Amino acid sequence: MTAMNVGAANREALERLCRARPAWTAVRPAREAIGLSGRTLLHAGPPIEWKRMCWPMRGAVRAAALFEGWVRSAEEADALAAAGEITFVPCASHGAVGPMAGIISPETPVLVVEDRVNGTSACSFIADGPWGHQLRFGAHGPETLAGLAWVRDVVAPAFATVLEREGPIDLASLMAQALSMGDEMHMRNAAATGLLARRLAAPLVAAAPNAAELEKILRFVTRDNDQFFLAWSMCAAKAAARAIEDLPGSTVVSTMARNGIEFGIRVAGLGERWFTGPASVVDGLYFPGFTAADANRDTGDSAIMETYGLGGMAMAASPAVQKIVGAKSFADAVQTTRDMGEICVGGNPLFPIAPLGGDGTPTAIDIRKVVQTGIVPRINTAIAHAKASRMIGAGIATPPSGPFVDALVAFGERYPA
Amino acid sequence: MPVRATVWRGFYQDSVVLMHVAAEVRALPGVRLAAALMGTPANHELLSSAGLATPDSKNATAADLVLAVDAATDAEAEAALAAAKGFFDERRRARESTGRALPRTLDGALKQMPDANVALISVPGDYAKLEALTALRRGLHVFLFSDNVPVGDEVELKRLALAQQRLCMGPDCGTAYLGGVGLGFANVVPRGRIGCVAAAGTGLQAVASHVATLGEGISHGIGVGGRDLSAEVGGMMTFFALRKLADDPSTDAIVIIAKPPAPEVMPQLDAAIRTITKPVVVCALGAAVPASAPATWVTTLEDAAEAAVAGIRGRAWAPRSFTDAAAVRSRVAAIAAGARPRGALLGLFTGGTLAHEARVILEPLVGPVNIDGAAPGSAHRVIDLGADEFTRGRAHPMIDVAARDSRIREAGAAADVAVLLVDLVLGRGAHPDPGPSLAAAIRDARATAERDGRTLVAIASVVGTDGDPQGLARQIAELRAADVHVLPSSAQAARSAALVLDPRLASRLLSA
Amino acid sequence: MNTTDVMPQEPLRVVNVGLELFARELEAQGVEVVHVDWRPPAGGAEIAALLGRLGD
Repeated sequence: MTAMNVGAANREALERLCRARPAWTAVRPAREAIGLSGRTLLHAGPPIEWKRMCWPMRGAVRAAALFEGWVRSAEEADALAAAGEITFVPCASHGAVGPMAGIISPETPVLVVEDRVNGTSACSFIADGPWGHQLRFGAHGPETLAGLAWVRDVVAPAFATVLEREGPIDLASLMAQALSMGDEMHMRNAAATGLLARRLAAPLVAAAPNAAELEKILRFVTRDNDQFFLAWSMCAAKAAARAIEDLPGSTVVSTMARNGIEFGIRVAGLGERWFTGPASVVDGLYFPGFTAADANRDTGDSAIMETYGLGGMAMAASPAVQKIVGAKSFADAVQTTRDMGEICVGGNPLFPIAPLGGDGTPTAIDIRKVVQTGIVPRINTAIAHAKASRMIGAGIATPPSGPFVDALVAFGERYPA
Repeated sequence: MPVRATVWRGFYQDSVVLMHVAAEVRALPGVRLAAALMGTPANHELLSSAGLATPDSKNATAADLVLAVDAATDAEAEAALAAAKGFFDERRRARESTGRALPRTLDGALKQMPDANVALISVPGDYAKLEALTALRRGLHVFLFSDNVPVGDEVELKRLALAQQRLCMGPDCGTAYLGGVGLGFANVVPRGRIGCVAAAGTGLQAVASHVATLGEGISHGIGVGGRDLSAEVGGMMTFFALRKLADDPSTDAIVIIAKPPAPEVMPQLDAAIRTITKPVVVCALGAAVPASAPATWVTTLEDAAEAAVAGIRGRAWAPRSFTDAAAVRSRVAAIAAGARPRGALLGLFTGGTLAHEARVILEPLVGPVNIDGAAPGSAHRVIDLGADEFTRGRAHPMIDVAARDSRIREAGAAADVAVLLVDLVLGRGAHPDPGPSLAAAIRDARATAERDGRTLVAIASVVGTDGDPQGLARQIAELRAADVHVLPSSAQAARSAALVLDPRLASRLLSA
Repeated sequence: MNTTDVMPQEPLRVVNVGLELFARELEAQGVEVVHVDWRPPAGGAEIAALLGRLGD
């Protein structure tokens, strides 16, 4: 591996990420979209077994097992898992992404995003229960299951109908517009959610089964959750990142993901191999009544946003997120974006950051630069309760540098002089 | 008794900054010992041997700063650590107030300055090659101050530089002049017509300063690093630089300054010189002069400057032992009239070239001199405090003057030291006012010797120009006020030391 | 990058990596200089060698 090749491979990685034009094309059950069968569950983050899983992920496993009808109680779900009867596989390895606990089961309806430019696709669950009862935070009670059933029986078919009639919904331009409106599309998706709702509203009138459900769906999309678009953001980013999951000679990060216990990365030139380290304690702001002592460690596949060049990479574009995650000031956010620029191959012209003179968001994280500068990607993220199924705050996660160093050493061995 | 330490993780500071903060902390009430060091293995050893290692400090890495304090009371130790924090907070505030964010890498810097043409690299030796490689790959010329760089790395860097047609000045290059700009440790000298190629940083400083004092100036002074003319490196950068100066219209004479080139390299050096029509002066301290040399070979740095100046003025020139032989004669007589200094010479130098020149001059006069491990049994010793072994993780002795000052005081107590020979190198980058502390250390050493019934003679030379920020005249005055015999050049200082050790040498050295 | 630039063109435009004092001395001479806020790489000296080999 000569020096020139790594640079050239990395520029190719940047090019593939930048040219991606993801679009939402379908809604399908995961068993079809991803080929999930039997008692297999996808989970967020690098590979992990039941006995090491954190509480929110176990709670989500219970919800999924109940939803699938494999068991009739949470205790039975635990027993099934402990007996090794459930196969656990990372979402990341199957072209999927799961926010927070990120558990996807065969019957989960998933949104499918395709990038026709790179010929890739990615999926995630559309929604996972009403606010306060979300599977992603470990909720598995009756409200959660009712919510999951409602998504499967009402929302998913309605969305599928909208897509059949309207055709694919272009996410690239929607996200570019949302960025200019102050979203960074990891912890702030308010503008993007609004833009998506605008696209869906009129077609939903005909696609919803009746007026009562139409109102319920519209409330669901417009009022109850500013982060609704996150699943779409993540799929768009994952579809783009899949284009670099096997790019020989490149030191660009293709995946960053956490399961609440470990943080893991994969590298374009190293294919499927995971490099892991302890998931970090998130530094952030807590909702009233909660403190760091209540918090679960960094969790979720949503670090795919930073892998793609949004989220923490785009801090300077999003004054609102600065307040959400506790950034000290705009100057601090600008410095974060500058720091991210130091570890990235280049910028994505699809996402210009107006306050920085229109430079594209730092894109394509180069593990050589992470190791050289000691600057690790800054991840904006939600904070889950460690022992109760709820979100208790938001902040900035600083992953460990160990996995990046390990990956660099492995790269050196894989590509000897 | 209490030793307290804090570790600031991911908080890197360079050796000069650390020197300043440690000095500030040492001056606080109750503080007996203080250290501010990055957590490298070598520094952990230093902390342990100084009794400053604590359980807190032991897990600091090379990217973490250790602040350790030994103070009389807990409260004073706490106050010292708080003061250190205040020092860094103040620096951060000052930097933030400029509004400009500093880049974290050379590539980040090139985004701010895409047309940069030189990289000045002075990171610790372990990391120097990586920075220099990046700079050369980006098409920059490199000034590589860092030492403790393996010779294999130096060869690789210089090969790349030559392939890119770029200068790689160093590793271990302390000084350069490019187009009138001084890089690294550089005396303030006018721009002029004499070009230098120097495998010897303080050698270049000395020659440039003498040239300035003689009323001429430097076109370019290209440092190539102390090891360039070794067998392994083969003089790669020396020959490249010689061609550049030969082709440079603003250069009328060329001075080559080096320690003796490896025998393997001499024929090529000779051949290279023969292709140059401009006057060439070679000062290769201690090298055997070739039989038929097209260039003027001189034995001292001062002579190199004088010969070069004579060359561009079209005048004849001859070396002499002393500028003011009469003054030296009377000084030596005064010493001989008093208690005869008994013992050997100790040379404590901050400039490696000056240390070597001293040895080259002294050995024919007073016998073997122990330097760099050579002649270990010899009583006469010359120590280059800027050598790799003394500068791992700490600032160069031209900046961190405390290192030498304490050795000078120790010498005062040594029964076998009769003559103390030192250099004082001024110029940009060096300590802003080194004279007073050097003079104080020498005063103390001589006082200690006197109390023990011994005579300690102190002799010095000062490398500097009237334009230097430290004030040449003032620094010389400080030393003279401490009864240090100050000579106009390092060679004359060495000869003067020989005369004190053996007054019978007067017939050889003072006949002119 | 000027491939015929065998001596640095004047004026010098310098990137300083290492001791801050050298950047200040250059500024005092009226030279444009960018100082890099340098830190050692994670993983120590062996990693520096690997970075050199893999660099471009």
